[in-house]
Amino acid sequence: MMLIPCPWCGPRDQIEFTYGGDATVRRPASDAPEPEWVDYVYLRDNPCGPLDELWYHGAGCRSWFHVLRDTRTHEVLASAAIGEPFAPGEG
Amino acid sequence: MTQRFRLPSGGIVDRTQPIAFEFDGTRYEGYAGDTLASALLANGVHLVGRSFKYHRPRGIFSAGTEEPNALVQLGVGANTEPNTRATTTPLRDGLVAAPQNCWPSVRFDVGRMADVLSPILPAGFYYKTFKWPASPKWWMRYEHFIRRAAGMGHAAREPDPARYDHQYAHCDVLVVGAGAAGLAAARRAAESGASVIVCQQSPRWAMQFGDGNAAVDAVAPARWIDDASTALAASPDVTLLANTTAFGYYDANLVGAIERRADDGASSPRQRLWMIRAKAVVLASGALERGIAYANNDLPGTMLAGSAAIYARRYGVRVGTRAVVFTNNDSAYAAALALHDAGVDVAAIVDARDEGAVARRTDERLRAANIPVHGNALVMAAHGNDRVSRVDVTSHAGQRIASIDCDVVAVSGGYSPTVHLFSQARGRLRYDTRTASFVPDRSPMAIVTAGAVNGYCSARTAIDEGAAAADEALALAGSETVHGGRRSARDVGAPQAAPFDGEARLRVEPLWSVPAPRGAKCFVDLQNDVTVRDVELARSEGYQAVEHLKRYTTLGMGTDQGKTSNVAGIGLMARALDVPLDVVGTTTFRPPYTPVTLGALPGIHHGAHVEPVRRSAMHDWHAAHGARFVDAGLWKRPHSYPRPGESEDDAANREARNVRENAGIVDVSTLGKIELQGRDVAEFLNRVYINRWDNLQVGRCRYGVMLREDGIVRDDGTTSRLDTTHYLMTTTTANAGAIMQTIERLLSIDWPDLDVYATSVTEQWAAAAVSGPKSRDVLARVVDIDVSNEGFPFLAVAPCNVRIAQGTIPARLFRMSYSGELAYEVHVPADRGREMWEAVLAAGEPFGIMPYGTEAMSTLRIEKGHVVIGSEIDGRTTAFDLGMEKLVNPNKWCIGKPLLARPALTSPDRWQLVGLCAESGERVPRGAKIVADPDAPAPVPMHGHVTSWCYSPNVGAWIALALVSRGRERHGEKVWAVSPLANEKVQVTIQAPVFIDPAGERLRG
Repeated sequence: MMLIPCPWCGPRDQIEFTYGGDATVRRPASDAPEPEWVDYVYLRDNPCGPLDELWYHGAGCRSWFHVLRDTRTHEVLASAAIGEPFAPGEG
Repeated sequence: MTQRFRLPSGGIVDRTQPIAFEFDGTRYEGYAGDTLASALLANGVHLVGRSFKYHRPRGIFSAGTEEPNALVQLGVGANTEPNTRATTTPLRDGLVAAPQNCWPSVRFDVGRMADVLSPILPAGFYYKTFKWPASPKWWMRYEHFIRRAAGMGHAAREPDPARYDHQYAHCDVLVVGAGAAGLAAARRAAESGASVIVCQQSPRWAMQFGDGNAAVDAVAPARWIDDASTALAASPDVTLLANTTAFGYYDANLVGAIERRADDGASSPRQRLWMIRAKAVVLASGALERGIAYANNDLPGTMLAGSAAIYARRYGVRVGTRAVVFTNNDSAYAAALALHDAGVDVAAIVDARDEGAVARRTDERLRAANIPVHGNALVMAAHGNDRVSRVDVTSHAGQRIASIDCDVVAVSGGYSPTVHLFSQARGRLRYDTRTASFVPDRSPMAIVTAGAVNGYCSARTAIDEGAAAADEALALAGSETVHGGRRSARDVGAPQAAPFDGEARLRVEPLWSVPAPRGAKCFVDLQNDVTVRDVELARSEGYQAVEHLKRYTTLGMGTDQGKTSNVAGIGLMARALDVPLDVVGTTTFRPPYTPVTLGALPGIHHGAHVEPVRRSAMHDWHAAHGARFVDAGLWKRPHSYPRPGESEDDAANREARNVRENAGIVDVSTLGKIELQGRDVAEFLNRVYINRWDNLQVGRCRYGVMLREDGIVRDDGTTSRLDTTHYLMTTTTANAGAIMQTIERLLSIDWPDLDVYATSVTEQWAAAAVSGPKSRDVLARVVDIDVSNEGFPFLAVAPCNVRIAQGTIPARLFRMSYSGELAYEVHVPADRGREMWEAVLAAGEPFGIMPYGTEAMSTLRIEKGHVVIGSEIDGRTTAFDLGMEKLVNPNKWCIGKPLLARPALTSPDRWQLVGLCAESGERVPRGAKIVADPDAPAPVPMHGHVTSWCYSPNVGAWIALALVSRGRERHGEKVWAVSPLANEKVQVTIQAPVFIDPAGERLRG
């Protein structure tokens, strides 16, 4: 079970969180063509290594935030509140 | 009841405390401190079970967790536990155990036939039965017998009466294994002021170290252990867990461990599951001895040499009268002396190594004991029926050297480090040719190894490594970042192995099997009856990868997971392929290290404690008034309120009829309630709902539908505008949490520019819906605002006060309808819910108001064709399918809209919502499918399926909602609702999905 560092609540067990997927995916403009929406809804990269992803602390502060996680090892390299950069020196 | 093989003194057993127990129907006696195995051996009992496949007689092979043979059915009735290792089961008064896998008895077992038939039961024979004989019919028949013949113990049929507990813990350093290395590590870590947890699977500290008498720094082992454990017990931040097995290593240094407490049926909890989050782990898990494969090396009386010594020293038990020791390393010489000291006649030491290696060991003690040593020699075969009686000793070339009568063969093939947790910590293993074993190399996790897990070693080396490992673990723990839960150093490996000085580490000349004649059974894996020949067969049939070898031969499977056999199996495959062992590699070590009682994993979280229960503020009133409850997610909701003598169905029909005729009240507190505030709420609602919201006036509410990103309908509910910038959204009960999560995500990530704040207020408000033609009369008597159709029209919202006997309750009144009748919702602060409920009921008494439950509510909504999550909104339907396409506003964007135009979602053949009516009065079967001709030959073309169905007391017939292909074009068509499972069918007429008041006049009146 991963230990996830919530930017607001500190390190907590994975069971308190919900996974939100790749944080680098951006919602297309509302008038974007259909293929762009298909991409957005269905297609995800499966990178090997550090991935910027979203997590939701449902059993805590109820905030979404960023986690930099190594997909090969589950190592959590850093976390950051929405709109904040990952803390320097933490990956 | 004599313990014929018990020594008069020595060991940890308390001879003043005899303990009576029963095995295989016979009563025996042992002593406090015994294990079941040591007590059986003290009584001369070696034969304790039959083997898995060939039903061969098997004895006690080891003295610990690695035991492959001595698995017993422990206890009776609800407390029985299968596959329990006799070697780790503490003896207690009244213990009852039975042998497994034999019938009618362990001495006379019918299944023994399998051994005679063994030539046709090679490795993989079970898989081969899939292909031959070819008929599946036959396979179904004999597969049953294979399963019954091969087997272990049986699980209890009754619920487990024991209690299990969970404990979470955090520490700087977790020490796994409290042998000499572990105790040294724990002591060093504790001295530094770190918080330390030590877990140790045996009941005592450093038992193996304590068995010996070799002083370390002129301190006797017993004294050293006593000093260390006393110091640890006195340290403030040290938790010592005996009888606790660390079984799994998980992400971010989370270690799962099972603490076993007294298994007497009275102690509670019986076991405790520890989940320990450690900043760093010192793994001092030791090493396990392994055997050597020779012909009939499974006969009872065959035992690991180190284990035979343990029985002598630790339990004061002679494991036999005359022993032959067979070894490829030095450790067995000490074991031979221990047997000799215990009064066993050691007939010979058979050492597979050359004379030079052997000469080194012909020391004074051996000569004094007069133990002959055969160098360059092998035990080629053992003979005997239910016990070893004789062994043949030969040269490597097979030339006969001696034939020796004996009742014990003490065998040592070297030691395999217990690397399981290290491997689970993603540690890489390295094959160490000096100890002929896989040892820890490097792990990316904060884990450091010490002692015999790095390769069998002396106590001196173990203690030094323990202290060094503690220093390294402390450094790792200290470098951990507070937030990251990670350390800055990476890939810290095991400490450098001590220089090989002959004593520090045990040198082993690998010997996995002897060149026994074909046809002889030389077992590699005793628990799964895997022979040397099976490994060779796997190779010749192409199953050469180590994972294939395991699956094909079952080597390393079962409850022991190959603790004494894996490395030998790898060695044999390497020999067959003529490659080094590290080329073959190991199978993956997965948790758990030893079997974990299933009851310990859920702990107290079973039955009513699996999930929390949510109750509305009116719950106690419902219970006091005869409500039958139904689960709605975590909520308990009243299903109906049956009166004395009334069935639940009759009650629901009465309640539903009363709503249409008079008035009813239903608890709707469970609906998700989300308050939205801010300047941009209208824009936000425009984006999440398919319909338009920017024209909603203060004091009005509106029905809305949400889509998923892919265009499928997700949820529905109402949103009310309470004030200029203040809205209240309701969601379905089931989706309340998920919608809140989505809203948080949209607002914080997708649209942070919107000025909207969301707060879940589901728990803060109690809510009741008052429905029926007389609901206005009822409400007029309890609220302090004008509820006339002009003053408070359909879809109006207003703050008000509910009058109670003494004073008023602040409330919100909504005019909305789910039942299709004139209806209102009253929301009050949750703690006033029951007062409000009772006030409405009192006011409604003259009008015939009755409470109604979810069943009547469902009937009412089916009559009106209102869709619900899980039935019509089933994750596949679009707004068009559900007849709600007019709600989709063409002039704005919303979530899900961009993908709505995809061809599959706009196909005219899609299943569309319709109503069905069984005019015959017959019942619509449960889970019915819609077909044109129920008697057509299978496969019958399916036109759709029923989504909701009920008896409608207001229509006077069974009605249903259904999704039917091109359903909207087919109103008036007669089709069949069939359930082949229930063998029921009924003819139904397709119609519009509304059975009552199609024009909707009642709810607006």
